[in-house]
Amino acid sequence: MSDKKLLLEVDALKVHFKIKSDKSWPWSPALNLKAVDGVSIKLYEGETLGVVGESGCGKSTFARAIIGLVPATDGTVVWLGQDLTKLPARELREKRKEIQMIFQDPLASLNPRMTIGDIIAEPLQTFYPELGKVEVMDRVKAIMMKVGLLPNLINRYPHEFSGGQCQRIGIARALILEPKMIICDEPVSALDVSIQAQVVNLLKELQTEMGLSLVFIAHDLSVVKHISDRVLVMYLGNAVELGTRKAIYSNPLHPYTKALMSAVPIPDPELERSKTIQILEGDLPSPINPPSGCVFRTRCPIAGPECAKTRPGITGNDDHAVSCLKVAAV
Amino acid sequence: MSLLVVNDLRVEFKTPEGNVVAVNDLNFSLDAAETLGIVGESGSGKSQTAFALMGLLAKNGIITGSAKFEDKEILNLPVKELNRIRAEKISMIFQDPMTSLNPYMKVGTQLMEVLLLHKGMSKADAYAASVRMLDAVKIPEARKRMDMYPHEFSGGMRQRVMIAMALLCNPKLLIADEPTTALDVTVQAQIMTLLNELKRDFNTAIIMITHDLGVIAGLCDKVLVMYAGRTMEYGKVNDIFYRPSHPYTEGLLKAIPRLDTEGEVLATIPGNPPNLLRLPKGCPFQERCHRVSDICRTTAPELTGFHDGRLRACHWDWEEIEQGREA
Repeated sequence: MSDKKLLLEVDALKVHFKIKSDKSWPWSPALNLKAVDGVSIKLYEGETLGVVGESGCGKSTFARAIIGLVPATDGTVVWLGQDLTKLPARELREKRKEIQMIFQDPLASLNPRMTIGDIIAEPLQTFYPELGKVEVMDRVKAIMMKVGLLPNLINRYPHEFSGGQCQRIGIARALILEPKMIICDEPVSALDVSIQAQVVNLLKELQTEMGLSLVFIAHDLSVVKHISDRVLVMYLGNAVELGTRKAIYSNPLHPYTKALMSAVPIPDPELERSKTIQILEGDLPSPINPPSGCVFRTRCPIAGPECAKTRPGITGNDDHAVSCLKVAAV
Repeated sequence: MSLLVVNDLRVEFKTPEGNVVAVNDLNFSLDAAETLGIVGESGSGKSQTAFALMGLLAKNGIITGSAKFEDKEILNLPVKELNRIRAEKISMIFQDPMTSLNPYMKVGTQLMEVLLLHKGMSKADAYAASVRMLDAVKIPEARKRMDMYPHEFSGGMRQRVMIAMALLCNPKLLIADEPTTALDVTVQAQIMTLLNELKRDFNTAIIMITHDLGVIAGLCDKVLVMYAGRTMEYGKVNDIFYRPSHPYTEGLLKAIPRLDTEGEVLATIPGNPPNLLRLPKGCPFQERCHRVSDICRTTAPELTGFHDGRLRACHWDWEEIEQGREA
């Protein structure tokens, strides 16, 4: 793994939001919502990092902070040797040629009043205004072919397309600048099963063809298993487990990862009915007032008194690391 | 005697662009304490089926056919009579627990309302029954929760409240329209366990509408696979999963990424779901089917029975599909 080129290194990234409590006095201090609280990852060239977790665990905020869509409170995001969090806006904008993003809702992320040709061409026109019209159109058509859209659809509007096709348009728009990395924020969650498989396969194909690196965010563990080389499991703004796909899926260590895996329904009646589900009791605590020590301890089946006192750091190596006082990565 | 018998149910909507047949000649039956799963992708008509049974269709919807609940016709009943059946005999839980509770009313008031209206209970009795039901769906500190508003609950808790509300009058049939789609997997697991316990403890029959085959596998006895408003196949859960008889079911099963298997490339069903306004002549699945032949393009396949009460709508010979799988 280490022979590959390191593209992105995120170190102890924190994103905190100041919010007003609705019950407070106007002069009382703002509360601190810890959306992401010290997450570190490494992403190598041509690799896919899957980020899983349930709603509210900070996975989307984490991805947005990487690309600078929300300001990082603390920590560094080093992209090819340059810290993106300290770059001025103008230079950060230039970096977006290299880092692009695909969003969850395929239709809502496309401007309904632009033709899809214009939508896909827009990044080119923004970053390379010197390009001629013919050249732009040629590139748009080429990229449409690549994502499986017929070029004769170029003058249609987004509402004329189905969800899966809209997601292809979103992918084309992200690819046209030939980025090195794409952040996919739940790209298949809104799609039907048969269409979801098409989009996942397309992303994998494009990745091998163009040598892309992907940060793939999803709440669906099976999809992440399918596409990722490495997986990050998040809970309440913290990284609980990080490792290669094989390590995470065949040997999950953290009790949260285990519970998450056992909860995924298997489309096989006999297996599904015979498996034991480890039910997590209770609800996700508030990120405004997270539990002391380990954030998972309130729902953890193996928590002890020491878990309330000490906050576990993430320990282990590049292949498998876990953040728990009770289990250690081998 | 079956609890619910649905015959040739057809739901049609009048739209400015033309008539849309959302549900086309659906047939199924359900016994007491049995669970039927209806699976299909968006636009397959699975939710409209439920809405039609509950009399909740939009104004431009037309229902034909028959649905007999305990030998009594329930389709196109006047609202007054329907209200007697709804909640008392049949109740429904919806996909989005955030929007199906009244944000202005305390959860306790909403729960008690059901009992006051339908059962004519006294307030004190209704309160006690509501607290008992919240306990039954495992909401901690039920008494305290009665005085809270829906926004103070998490998504999973709200879905529990919905389930509690649906079960208050001890209905014989519960229709669940994608009850876990908006929830996280760990919460989904909690709700599924709860539904399985309800089946056992209250003998409730359930119609489970979902797009998630994993959910079907864990809960249902029988499965109805829908595509473009039609039944593709119908049978016992094990038959559908282990011996699918329709190319669509086959494709659907292969297209799901699974936790328990290793596979690099997912099998896909090519193309997009059809537009219900412009359905092709013949079989609705023909454009995406890998077994398509000339007859599929001209004649729609009839739903025919075979092998131990199963139904399927496909021109392709079942035995050939069977052999293809064994090979």
